[in-house]
Amino acid sequence: MAFGPHLLLATLDGLVTAAILALTALGLSLVFGVMRVVNVAHGEFFMLGAIVAWFVSSLVDAHPAIGFLAALVVSPLVVGAVALVSERLVLRRLNYQPEATIVATIGMLYIIQQLALTTFGPAARAVPAPFSLRIDFPWFGYSGYKLAVIAAAVLLILATWFVLTRTRVGLVMRATQYDSETAQAFGIPVDRVYAGVFATGAMLAAVAAVLIVPVQQAYYLMGLDPLLLSFIVVIIGGLGSLRGTVVAAVLVGVGDGVVSAFFSPTLAKIIATLLVALVLVFRPQGLFGTTAR
Amino acid sequence: MTDRAFAPTLALHLGVIAVLAVLQFVLPDYHHGLLARIMVLAIFAMGYNLLFGYVGLLSLGHAMFFSAGLYGAGLPVFHLGWGVPAAFAAGIAAGGLLALLVGVLVLRTTGVAFMIVTMMFAQAFYLAILYFAPWTKGSEGFVLPQAARAIDIAGARWDLTSPSMRYWTALLLFSAVLALTLYVARSPYGRVLVAIRENEERTRMLGYDTFATKLLAVVLSGAICAASGAAYVLIFGYAGSTLASIQYSILPLLWVLLGGAATTLGPLLGTVFMYYVIDVASGYTTAWLLIVGIVLILLVLFFPRGVLGTIRERWVPWLP
Repeated sequence: MAFGPHLLLATLDGLVTAAILALTALGLSLVFGVMRVVNVAHGEFFMLGAIVAWFVSSLVDAHPAIGFLAALVVSPLVVGAVALVSERLVLRRLNYQPEATIVATIGMLYIIQQLALTTFGPAARAVPAPFSLRIDFPWFGYSGYKLAVIAAAVLLILATWFVLTRTRVGLVMRATQYDSETAQAFGIPVDRVYAGVFATGAMLAAVAAVLIVPVQQAYYLMGLDPLLLSFIVVIIGGLGSLRGTVVAAVLVGVGDGVVSAFFSPTLAKIIATLLVALVLVFRPQGLFGTTAR
Repeated sequence: MTDRAFAPTLALHLGVIAVLAVLQFVLPDYHHGLLARIMVLAIFAMGYNLLFGYVGLLSLGHAMFFSAGLYGAGLPVFHLGWGVPAAFAAGIAAGGLLALLVGVLVLRTTGVAFMIVTMMFAQAFYLAILYFAPWTKGSEGFVLPQAARAIDIAGARWDLTSPSMRYWTALLLFSAVLALTLYVARSPYGRVLVAIRENEERTRMLGYDTFATKLLAVVLSGAICAASGAAYVLIFGYAGSTLASIQYSILPLLWVLLGGAATTLGPLLGTVFMYYVIDVASGYTTAWLLIVGIVLILLVLFFPRGVLGTIRERWVPWLP
C-alpha cells in the first residue's frame, strides 16, 4: 500500500480509538469534575461493560444484532448498578477525600479484576458484530461497523453535552461542580448528585466498551490501557473540562493510531506518557482547560 | 526527646532485630526463605514510608525506584560481569539519580496531580524496560548466574546463593535501613519533614526551604527503594519487568498503610502480615488480588492509621 492510503487507514483506525476513548474519558472527567474523585477503577468499569456484553450476547440465541442491542441496554445498567453500590458503600463513607478515594478505587480495581478472572476466565472472547458491512475504498475495504462506532460515539457525546448544558439535571450537576456547599444550601441533594454522577461515569465507560467489543474482544485485563489513555486525555484536555476532553481524545486517538502504524507502539506510548506527565507538571490546568480552582 | 525516652525505643528495635536473627535457626526451610524475601521487600516499604509517612507525599510510582535498583545492579552483573559490591552501589546510584531527576519535576505538583504524575513516570519506566528488551529481556526477565552472586573478602567467600547467607545479608541490610530511618525520624531533619506534612505553608514561613527538604526526601526514599531492588536481584538472582509494573508501586503503599504510616517498624509489620495473608490465602484460592483489594478498602475505611499507628495513638505514645 502506498503512503497515502496507509495514512488514511491509520487515521480511520485512530478515529475509532478516539471515539471510544472520548466516551470513556468523558466518564472519568465527569466524575473528577463534579466529585473531585480520581477513579482508578474506571478502566475496570470499561472491562466489566465488555464482559457483561459477552455474557448477554451469548445468552441471546438469535440474530447477533439482537444480542448486541440487548447488551447495549443491559451492560451499562449492570455496570451503573455496581458503581452505585461501590459509591454508597465506600466513597461516601470516605467523604470523597481525594487521597483516600484513590487508594479505595485501587482496591476496587483489584476486586473487580479478580472477580472477572474467576467468573469469566483468562481467555479473550469475541462478541459478534451486529452487522457485517464492508465499505470499499479504492485501495482497501473497511469495516462498516467501525464507522458506525464512530457515529454512535459522536451521537452519545452530543447527548451528554446536551444533558449537561441544556437540561435541569445538567444544571444541578454543574452547580454541584462549581460549589457543592452553596448548591447544598440551595436545596440540591448533593449526596444523590454524587451517586448519580459516579454511576453515569461508569455507564459511559460501559457503553464505550460494548461498542468496541465486537472489534476488540472481551478480556479481563483490557481495562488498563483505556484507564491510562483516559488519564492522558483528561489531563491534556484539562481536568473536568468537557470540550477539552473530546478534543484531546481525538488528538491522542488519531496521534496514537498514526504513530503506532509507522513507529514502534511501545516507543509511542513511552513518549506520550512522558509528554503528558510533563504537561501536568508545567501546565496543571491542561492544554485547553481553564485554571482549576 | 530525652535519653530516657530513647531507651525503650532502642530496646524495641534491637529486640526486633534479635528476634529476626534467632528466627533464622528456628524456622523451617520454607519460611526461612520467605522471611529473607520479606526483609528485602520491607526495605522497599521503609523507603516508601519515608516519603509517604513522614512527608505525606503519596506516590503511585515507587516501582520505578525499586526497578532502577533492580536493573541498575542486575544489568552490569549480567552483561559486564561486575562484582556484587560494585553492582549494589550502581543500583543505589541509579535509583538515587532517577529520584533526583523525577523529584525535581514531580515536586512541582501536589495532591492528586502528584499521584498521577508519579504513576505516569513509573509507567514510562516500565514501558522503557519492555522497549529495551534486547538488554533487559523484557517480561521474561533474566537470571543471574550463581557464580556471579558471591563476594570474596580476604580469601573468605560470601556466597549469596546459600540460604543462610541470604538470610544474614537480608537481615544486615534490613537492620542498616531500619537504623537509618530511625535516625532520620528522630533527627531535626525528620521533624522538618513532619512539619511539611502537617502544614507546608507554615513551615515555609518559618524559613525552611521546603522544596530542597522534600527533594532530599525523594532522593533518600528512591535510594532506599533502589537498595531493596539491588539486594533483591543480587540475593535472589532474578530481574523481570513485572517487578517494575504498577502493582509493585501499589504493594509498598499497602504494606505501609497496613503496618502504620510514619512508624519505623510499621513497614516490616505490614510486609510480613500481607505476605503471610496472601501465602495462606493462596493455599485455598488463586484469587489473592481480591484479598489485596479488600484489605486496601477496609484499611482506608476503618483503619487509616494502620496497626502500629493505632497502637501508638491509643496505648504507646512513645512508639517511633
